[in-house]
Amino acid sequence: MSPRTPGADLPEHPDFLWRDPEPKRSYDVVVIGGGGHGLATAHYLAKDHGITNVAVLEKGWLGGGNMARNTTIIRSNYLWDESSAIYEHALQLWEGLEEDLGYPILFSQRGVLNLAHTLQDVRDSVRRVEANKLNGVDAEWLEPDEVRKVCPIVNTSTDIRYPVLGATYQPRAGIAKHDYVAWGFARRADEAGIDLIQDCEVTGFTTDGDRVTGVRTTRGDIAAGKVALCAAGHTSVLTDMLGIRVPVQSHPLQALVSELLEPVHPTVVMSNAVHVYVSQAHKGELVMGAGVDSYNGYGQRGAFHVIERQMAAAVELFPVFARAHLLRTWGGIVDTSPDASPIVGRTPYDNVYLNCGWGTGGFKATPGIGSALAHTIAHDEPHPHIAPFTLDRFVTGALVDEHGAAAVAH
Amino acid sequence: MQLIECPWCGPREETEFSYGGQAHVPYPEQPGELSDEQWAHYVFYRDNPKGRFAERWNHNTGCRRWFNAIRDTATYRFERVYRLDDPQPSATELAGPRRSTS
Repeated sequence: MSPRTPGADLPEHPDFLWRDPEPKRSYDVVVIGGGGHGLATAHYLAKDHGITNVAVLEKGWLGGGNMARNTTIIRSNYLWDESSAIYEHALQLWEGLEEDLGYPILFSQRGVLNLAHTLQDVRDSVRRVEANKLNGVDAEWLEPDEVRKVCPIVNTSTDIRYPVLGATYQPRAGIAKHDYVAWGFARRADEAGIDLIQDCEVTGFTTDGDRVTGVRTTRGDIAAGKVALCAAGHTSVLTDMLGIRVPVQSHPLQALVSELLEPVHPTVVMSNAVHVYVSQAHKGELVMGAGVDSYNGYGQRGAFHVIERQMAAAVELFPVFARAHLLRTWGGIVDTSPDASPIVGRTPYDNVYLNCGWGTGGFKATPGIGSALAHTIAHDEPHPHIAPFTLDRFVTGALVDEHGAAAVAH
Repeated sequence: MQLIECPWCGPREETEFSYGGQAHVPYPEQPGELSDEQWAHYVFYRDNPKGRFAERWNHNTGCRRWFNAIRDTATYRFERVYRLDDPQPSATELAGPRRSTS
């Protein structure tokens, strides 16, 4: 007999989460995209800046895009100062988010291991650990026997194709329940009087010189004092309407879950070299992310050979997974940038704010970017944490190259 | 996985191919005269349409030759493949019947 039923300790859903209002004719701020970033931005606009005449427009249903499709990993162990500042800001907000939202988000700080498989991996990882420490981010370098203590099911034997030579470890990292995060933000924003408008696709913009005056949508025209673009993989569709060029490419990114299993995996394990990242969700399913499909794609699905390669890597690293059954695979659309860092801030339009390029790692940033973008919108100047991530860095050359610390190669 | 038609080898599995991004991006004719902004656009910026896209593919585990394709990024359907020295098919040509490129 199982000592616990998987999922039995999950909280009950409240009956009511948010209104489903008709759009008004005009708002002070229109946020395009009702995913994690859009909802978090709305929440912090209300909470930190008292701005509540806000609409969040979502072409599908709230939190139904990448927010519903990511692998829920939260960490802040990025290499460069600029990145660790924004991701650590986010992690600190995660640590108080359940209280802030008054809603259970099942944030579980179970730690993350980033495995090293080659000598170069080891050097890069140790360097990243030292950089993290200097930035006040908790990080340790673990030898293979210490990796085994943290996560006994990782295959640390030396006879596999890519042996584990060690790992970086961030104990404060973890996972959260992504749907609950979206719902928690949505409920708080709704309580503050913000309109969350679903089934409302933006089809164009009305402009007057350097300003956008409103958005055209499938539910009518809506005038806007300020506009924030939080559309992730669909950002280029919006910026093409505005005539702004943004250096992102949209790719399918797939993930998968196994059937529900007894707890076997105590932490989060990521490996860039063999390309696997896996944790075990609260209900008991193993959650794994695959790599991006190489071609540009908006189809929210990818090719099966990518899943196959991902499973091969997972089984080599975790032989115990070999008998698990794949239950479900799905895809999201990620907007990748040339330096694997986000593109956030002002645009050539005075009152349009850009938030894109998070690529494969936007979920972990949700509260951090929400608060920083809300600040940027309220004060009309970039929050210090997002100032390094402006669009013009591709002209000045001040790139923030995080290909090494980003989870998914692209 | 889908079948991709190589202009030289015919239909083969997707795993035999690698992606080369947007097609028809010429190297600047006067590189010395480009501003930083123009260089940024050449190096970092590519179109990212939802829908029809002209892109480069390489049949890297087959004939190892490059070719161009018109593919729909929403449906992933290949509408045309054509040789690098063929011009990009116009919208009118794409609306017509599909023809072999060989």
